[in-house]
Amino acid sequence: MSALCVDVRGLRVRMPGADGADRVLVSGVDLALAPGESLAIVGESGSGKSLTARSLLALLPAGLVAEGHVEVAGTLISDPRLARPLHGRRIALLMQDPFTMLNPLRRVGAQLADGMPRAVRRDRRRRREEVARRLEEVGLSPEVADRYPIQLSGGMRQRVGIAAALVSDPEVLVADEPTTALDVTTQREILRLVRRIQHDRGMSFVMITHDLRVAFSMCERVMVMYAGRMLEVGPTAQIQAEPRHPYTAALLDAEPPVDERLASLPAPPGSVPAHDEVADRCPFADRCAHVTTVCTAGPPPLLEVGAGHVSACARIRELGPLRRDRGEAAAPPAPVSAGDRALLRVTGLGKSFHGAAAPALDAVDLLVARGETVGLVGESGSGKTTLARCVVGLETPTAGTIELSGRTFSSWDDLDGGEARRLRGVVQMVFQDPYSSLHPVRSVGATLADSLAAFGRPHGASDVAALLELVGLTPAHARRRPAALSGGERQRVAIARALAPEPELLVCDESVSALDVSVQAQVLDLLARLVRELDMALLFVTHDLAVVRQATQRVYVLRGGRCVEAGSTSQVLDAPTHPYTQELLDAVPREDRNWLS
Amino acid sequence: MATAWLRFLLGRLAGTAVVLLVLSFGIYCLVYLAPGSVEHTLLGNRPATEETRAAIRAQYHLDDPLLVQYWNWLAGALHGDLGTSIRSGEPVDVAISSRATLTLQLSTLGTLFALLLGIPAGIAAALRRGRAADQGIVVLSVAGLSAPPFAVGLLLLGLLAVKLGWFPVYGAGDGGLDRWWHLVLPATALAIGGAGLLVRFTRTSLVRELDQDYVVFARARGLGGVRVLRYALRNCAVPILTATGLVLTSILVGSVLVEVVFALPGLGSLLVDSVTFKDVPVVQGVALLLTILIALVNLAVDAAYAAADPRVSLVRRKR
Repeated sequence: MSALCVDVRGLRVRMPGADGADRVLVSGVDLALAPGESLAIVGESGSGKSLTARSLLALLPAGLVAEGHVEVAGTLISDPRLARPLHGRRIALLMQDPFTMLNPLRRVGAQLADGMPRAVRRDRRRRREEVARRLEEVGLSPEVADRYPIQLSGGMRQRVGIAAALVSDPEVLVADEPTTALDVTTQREILRLVRRIQHDRGMSFVMITHDLRVAFSMCERVMVMYAGRMLEVGPTAQIQAEPRHPYTAALLDAEPPVDERLASLPAPPGSVPAHDEVADRCPFADRCAHVTTVCTAGPPPLLEVGAGHVSACARIRELGPLRRDRGEAAAPPAPVSAGDRALLRVTGLGKSFHGAAAPALDAVDLLVARGETVGLVGESGSGKTTLARCVVGLETPTAGTIELSGRTFSSWDDLDGGEARRLRGVVQMVFQDPYSSLHPVRSVGATLADSLAAFGRPHGASDVAALLELVGLTPAHARRRPAALSGGERQRVAIARALAPEPELLVCDESVSALDVSVQAQVLDLLARLVRELDMALLFVTHDLAVVRQATQRVYVLRGGRCVEAGSTSQVLDAPTHPYTQELLDAVPREDRNWLS
Repeated sequence: MATAWLRFLLGRLAGTAVVLLVLSFGIYCLVYLAPGSVEHTLLGNRPATEETRAAIRAQYHLDDPLLVQYWNWLAGALHGDLGTSIRSGEPVDVAISSRATLTLQLSTLGTLFALLLGIPAGIAAALRRGRAADQGIVVLSVAGLSAPPFAVGLLLLGLLAVKLGWFPVYGAGDGGLDRWWHLVLPATALAIGGAGLLVRFTRTSLVRELDQDYVVFARARGLGGVRVLRYALRNCAVPILTATGLVLTSILVGSVLVEVVFALPGLGSLLVDSVTFKDVPVVQGVALLLTILIALVNLAVDAAYAAADPRVSLVRRKR
């Protein structure tokens, strides 16, 4: 046993409730990690991947209990207190959000030094040298030590986080979605850095991610989790070439490709269930294309399907290797419409925020024709969201004009009440986070009825039901509150709300980036259908080039408040002319390891 | 940076001046409207003949309209003359300064007690969140918050001073240590409510901070319990400072009644006596002093925010 760095058998995480009503969140997880080995735990939200990772350090959120055999660096953690001496020295955790992971009130150098031995901490010169050495390992200059976290970019903060996690030279590094909160180009840099350090130090590495492509490019083995259970574990090369669980295959297929536009994204219906709802059968049965009575008769056993490769699909032997199905390629998108059918024409738009060094938007031109789908791509700070907010009147531009549905104005503030109301019915917005964009205590039906009433439309129960059906929900959803809905359902409600005045232009601000990949595929398909059926135009703001490929006909690439490239989506993505567009394309995760080299 | 600070300070000063003006006029009107007669006080033992009354009215301009009387007072106050006490004939600034030291001592001791009681109890409750100790502390803090200081004072007086005889019953003592010894009970009476408030603020903010990513990350790096707690507490500084400001002002205000209960010759009892006798110049003087003290406390708290948290910039907050 001592040959393993991490040895977990029969891990179970539960939440003890009042009067013995426990909720189980994770069960039956086995995990073994040899020194220097790397493992990726992949799953959507609710899969239990983060809880599994936290269990390795006995750092579960308050109210949760881990059970089972958890052994790290030869120490059996039967009680959370036993894990404390291991923290930092044997096993370290890198967290998801670099913006919240560091103490905001402590300078970077002091935070790094906090993890160092007392002798180093007390000796000023040694401390400064050691801090500088650690910063250098993650590619930062020594001056960073004197900064506060708030003075650093997201990527720099994550580098500081890596340095802090490694300050006591642990044998195992657990990284929980270390790049999810970062821009795409930064993500690639950070992943490269982590992989280089892991190789140099010969550390064992557990990486939690929702992105199979990232998992494949970073780790030797992959574990796929779903609804708190392990569905498939195996060597990366085998799973990549031949997934042996239908869920793994579905997850791979649902990822929108960046190099090709598909007629529709193959996505399993529904969303991830809770562990206890599916404890007595295959958790994926309800969404699986291959389901039979065997799948719902009982929990499927783990079957050996290759060397070091197991699958929890009861039918995997008869199904044989699962072919990866990329879906059908779509016909090339319709030619770009002529300018005389312009619905939205933005000319020379600028926006400077008070006290900011550079303008957020600098003389941007944009055109959306009736019925056209247009993408607005860029990283954080590119001005893409500011532009979208200026268009719908949530932000007041400082230069330029907006022409919307035949009316030209420099900002929404100049419009009189009647005109503003009419135009609000023409353009509507769907926000990124469906958890905060819906009123938490109003039922879905009440929210939608409000929106209908605000535009003087009939707002009875049948009108609400019609809206819900339009976005693929049922009239029964009207009685629920947002908290009772899944992320995908909430985003559908947010879309239904935007559709209430029958807008001619729908502005989507990163509307699928907070969603799980299978749900993202569903919502992208929904938007494509709505655009077709309602003859609506779509302005899609996103950082994700694959989403742009699937959802738009034309695209604008923004950087630092300026438009650096524009054109038909296929042209821009197939043959980019601006180096920044090429950089963005290179940063899209690919399954091969070369992506990171 | 320096000019930003200066602008912030000047803005605050202007705001305080406006508050002082409005407040002094309000107090003038209220005392004017209150029942009772100044002449009566001024007459003292003299016979209440028509002539003496008229003489007094003329001397104190009592027949002038309210606005004229207020204007006369204001003009004097702006020249540094707060007038003389109607009751004792002594200049108002002398009357106030002879009493202010005691009130400041009482308020300082009360705030100190509140901090020493409230913050550790709040930390203890947060660290034992959901357990019996936490619930006990929370219940006690609610009781403390809802008990009026003069009632607590009477209770302490009856129990610890009269019945058990551990503490003096009244008065301010003979200076030195004896003075502080006399102030223990009234300061405790004042501190109870403030301690309750501090428990709530400290507990709530520490519970929130202990759940933050940076605390989990610090633990995962192997930082010891004390250092992790220090990380979290540092981030609670802003809410705790806010509560401390509230406690200081509430103790200044609460001292008015508590001084009466413990027969302490401070600003509070001076204010109460002066209101009873419609001694307008003294009432004005004490009220203005309290207002200035409260404005200073708030200014100090705002400056402390910036010191406690590099993200708080006074310039940004003003915008």
